[in-house]
Amino acid sequence: MIAKLGNLCGLNAGFFVFRRNSEEEEEEEEEEESRCSSSTTRRQGKYLEDSPPSAPPMAQPLVKKDDDHDDEAEYSPFMGIEKGSVLQEARVFNDPQLDARRCSQVEATEVFFAVTKLFQSRDLGLRRMVYLIIKELSPSSDEVIIVTSSLMKDMNSKTDMYRANAIRVLCRITDGTLLTQIERYLKQAIVDKNPVVASAALVSGIHLLQTNPEIVKRWSNEVQEAVQSRSPLVQFHALALLHQIRQNDRLAVSKLVTSLTRGSVRSPLAQCLLIRYTSQVIRESGNNTQSGDRPFYDFLESCLRHKSEMVIFEAAREITELNGVTSRELTPAITVLQLFLSSSKPVLRFAAVRTLNKVAMKHPMAVTNCNIDMESLISDQNRSIATLAITTLLKTGNESSVDRLMKQITNFMSDIADEFKIVVVEAIRSLCLKFPLKYRSLMNFLSNILREEDCEFTYLSTQILHFLGVEGPKTSDPSKYIRYIYNRVHLENATVRASAVSTLAKFGAAVDELKPRIFVLLRRCVFDSDDEVRDRATLYQNTLGGDGSVVETDKDVKDFLFGSFDVPLVNLETSLKNYEPSEEPFDINAVPREVKSVPLADKKAATKKPTGLGVSSNGPPSTADSYERMLLSIPEFAKFGKLFKSSAPVELTEAETEYAVNVVKHIFDKHVVFQYNCTNTIPEQLLEDVIVIVDASEAEEFSEVLSKPLRSLPYDSPGQTFVAFEKPEGLATVGKFSNILKFIVKEVDPSTGEAEEDGVEDEYQLEDLEVVAGDYILKVGVSNFRNAWETMGADCERVDEYGLGPRESLAEAVNTVINLLGMQPCEGTEVVPPNSRSHTCLLSGVYIGNVKVLVRLSFGLDGPKDVAMKLAVRSEDESVSDAIHEIVASG
Amino acid sequence: MASNGMCPSVKNILLLDSEGKRVAVKYYSDDWPTNNAKLAFEKFVFSKTVKTNARTEAEVTLLENNIIIYKFVQDLHFFVTGGDDENELILASVLQGFFDAVTLLLRSNVDKREALENLDLILLCLDEIVDGGIILETNGALIAEKVTSSSLDADAPLSEQTLTQAWATARDHLTRTLLK
Repeated sequence: MIAKLGNLCGLNAGFFVFRRNSEEEEEEEEEEESRCSSSTTRRQGKYLEDSPPSAPPMAQPLVKKDDDHDDEAEYSPFMGIEKGSVLQEARVFNDPQLDARRCSQVEATEVFFAVTKLFQSRDLGLRRMVYLIIKELSPSSDEVIIVTSSLMKDMNSKTDMYRANAIRVLCRITDGTLLTQIERYLKQAIVDKNPVVASAALVSGIHLLQTNPEIVKRWSNEVQEAVQSRSPLVQFHALALLHQIRQNDRLAVSKLVTSLTRGSVRSPLAQCLLIRYTSQVIRESGNNTQSGDRPFYDFLESCLRHKSEMVIFEAAREITELNGVTSRELTPAITVLQLFLSSSKPVLRFAAVRTLNKVAMKHPMAVTNCNIDMESLISDQNRSIATLAITTLLKTGNESSVDRLMKQITNFMSDIADEFKIVVVEAIRSLCLKFPLKYRSLMNFLSNILREEDCEFTYLSTQILHFLGVEGPKTSDPSKYIRYIYNRVHLENATVRASAVSTLAKFGAAVDELKPRIFVLLRRCVFDSDDEVRDRATLYQNTLGGDGSVVETDKDVKDFLFGSFDVPLVNLETSLKNYEPSEEPFDINAVPREVKSVPLADKKAATKKPTGLGVSSNGPPSTADSYERMLLSIPEFAKFGKLFKSSAPVELTEAETEYAVNVVKHIFDKHVVFQYNCTNTIPEQLLEDVIVIVDASEAEEFSEVLSKPLRSLPYDSPGQTFVAFEKPEGLATVGKFSNILKFIVKEVDPSTGEAEEDGVEDEYQLEDLEVVAGDYILKVGVSNFRNAWETMGADCERVDEYGLGPRESLAEAVNTVINLLGMQPCEGTEVVPPNSRSHTCLLSGVYIGNVKVLVRLSFGLDGPKDVAMKLAVRSEDESVSDAIHEIVASG
Repeated sequence: MASNGMCPSVKNILLLDSEGKRVAVKYYSDDWPTNNAKLAFEKFVFSKTVKTNARTEAEVTLLENNIIIYKFVQDLHFFVTGGDDENELILASVLQGFFDAVTLLLRSNVDKREALENLDLILLCLDEIVDGGIILETNGALIAEKVTSSSLDADAPLSEQTLTQAWATARDHLTRTLLK
């Protein structure tokens, strides 16, 4: 079964497949189907052909002799046939889907007429079947005439079931004219003392509202009366209809909710409806909250104590979905959901864990109380429940629970569906990023998966191997991993084997003591059956030094093994194609690093981009990781040490100008590098020796150390130029810089794409650039702010109050301060509930010098628009706490 | 049916046999427009649930953005499908109502043969539980009562009372046909 992993996971991405372990034929079949959708269709097509198209499998014994085409013959002499056989034939039409849809129109009509004859029967059961058939056949209007008179007679029958069913049938097949004729009866039926009749009329009303709203709206009074019915279902249907009649009138809905929440609703279903309407009213009317208390919240909360589980659940679910729900409001809902988690009914457990899973995305803290119950669900028989439980736990778990959780997952991994294992591995990866300190247990887990799972999903295996190669050598006992990695060389396909060889080589390069052992293994790999594996083994033997002695590995070799491949593949391919075998070896350094622009002629044929030439669309890599790699590849910057932070690109030109330039600020401990991303938007120009002249007179503490020009900037092919500054070590030095773009312009002939020999020097004024305090703070979240806050302690706490003056809104003030500080909002506190008068926002980050900083911001509205703020900062260093205050004070 | 607004709605009710073939099904939504789509859905749902133990308590799963509540008895598999934002417990109450009503109608002999023999009752039962996606009744006893209240029309003249016998004869006849 696991062997199918590769096939399954890509295709079933939208849903999980839950299976037991046993392997049976059924399963084979199912998996084969998942493999490719087109074959699925084919199969189903075949499946259909196998069974007679006119009949459901169940009806086979009856229908076999009775092909569609025989209908006419069988039914025309209907009257004369013995009752028993009539009934038998009528059964052919029992199945609603098949006969009705499959008969051609002509046949449907024939059947319809034949069936109407059955009206002459007085048998109620038979009559009911006739109703069913009429509904399914939905005859055209000329044919309706035939039955309407019978139906109308039934509608006034003394037999309740006739009345109820006739109403439902008639309303299904009726049109506007007929409806006006029967409207009087329907209005009567709504307030009929028999609940079945009343419900039939009300439900028909709900359907008719789509086609004939003006008629149904006239029934308001009767429907309102029915809302007060003693029958629970009538109440439910009446409420649904009444709400739909009034749904566009907010005030009316609000009034309806107000009157009903005082407690006259008996039916659980009606109560569920009322809960939905109530939360809709809450959503739409945020405006009348003066005290901060939500209107109707008390009603929702009281529903949590209802005797029906479906009402309790509906209320709990709606509470968790309220806009900007507070933890005080959430608590009672979470408590009832927690009780459901340990119910004996799978449906209850599923409903609860699914809701909590959603809550955990926005309010992980609120769900942590349920963690123990949640953990017991990991082993739930129902795999949907187990899936939801584990993903919830991974979201809410704090650092201390990771070890325990990992142990649980280890037990769990062996009997879950393969595609779900990938979900778990991915969750662990994000856990790794969230809790870097826990990487040891997470790494162990990954190596365990490699060992215990006979995972034949190539992509996953190579990813794990790559990851182990980079991170494994950094652990305290790297030798432990080697055996497992080497096992891959024996057990896996060529791709994974090649990947395992590379991983081994990385261990050899990074851990000198291991080198002799790695060599032994690499030598064995030389006898592999696959070319790539042999080539790699030979290559690594040579790069690592050949003799296998304990020597320190060259920096070059390490770069080769661990560095990123910075030559564009397209360029390398072209160069290799152009290379002619000769005495001179192929030199990879000769391959151009710049991505070539497409020749001008081709460019013109391409469709013009809507917003000119976006720098970001085909610009350089933008994630932190790739910035770091890119900067390291430039020797001048490599010695600056570790990159602390890269800012988001700041535009230095207006949109739609000749040259589009934006800048990314890279902060190092002692340096700042400005990366100017430039795009030339004039097809007739080629720019050369592009450089930005930076005037740092308003940034006294910065001194320029180097500038790296861009040799050539052709049309629509972004390039980068860099300017580096030195600054006081470890300090958050700020300053303002003015920039001028300097370059040599060469005219280009658009028809040939050739540039002229001589160029003219030119300048272009760019906007100013500022290095601000926020550039020195990394956005790093904490999962449990309160814990982190307590742990940090008040030793370096600094508290002060600030007046922020008149602001557009509380939310705007909160956003401004968050952006000013450049810190990570925690626990969703960046969202200000609409119309609140006060708000607390929690921020976390790392200040330059790797100092953790936590901030608690309390905002309050002071007067109509004035916002006041209390800022409490805790960090490991009081000068940093002071610095944060300074940022706010000067911002 | 999307048109039902905020009203709880049922997309379909399925009664399949132990091989995933139809016994009786009723669709209330346009999600599966063709008969092929319906059969494919039934096959898919059956294959994803067949290995689970849904015999004591109703089970639940989420497939293709639909919540499916299901329960198995003997060689019959009962399913109720709703949208993924539907209240699972409401759908479960529909399934329970359907299941209880069928149990009553089949006089506790809940198996495929008995179900086929009383297919008319099961189809009426489906008709009385949900109308166009809107829940009509969830109390199994009441549903069964509505289905079986085949007492004679009070208006019927005495001479036509013999039809009761005709009905009974037909039933016997049918049973014999089925047993052949």
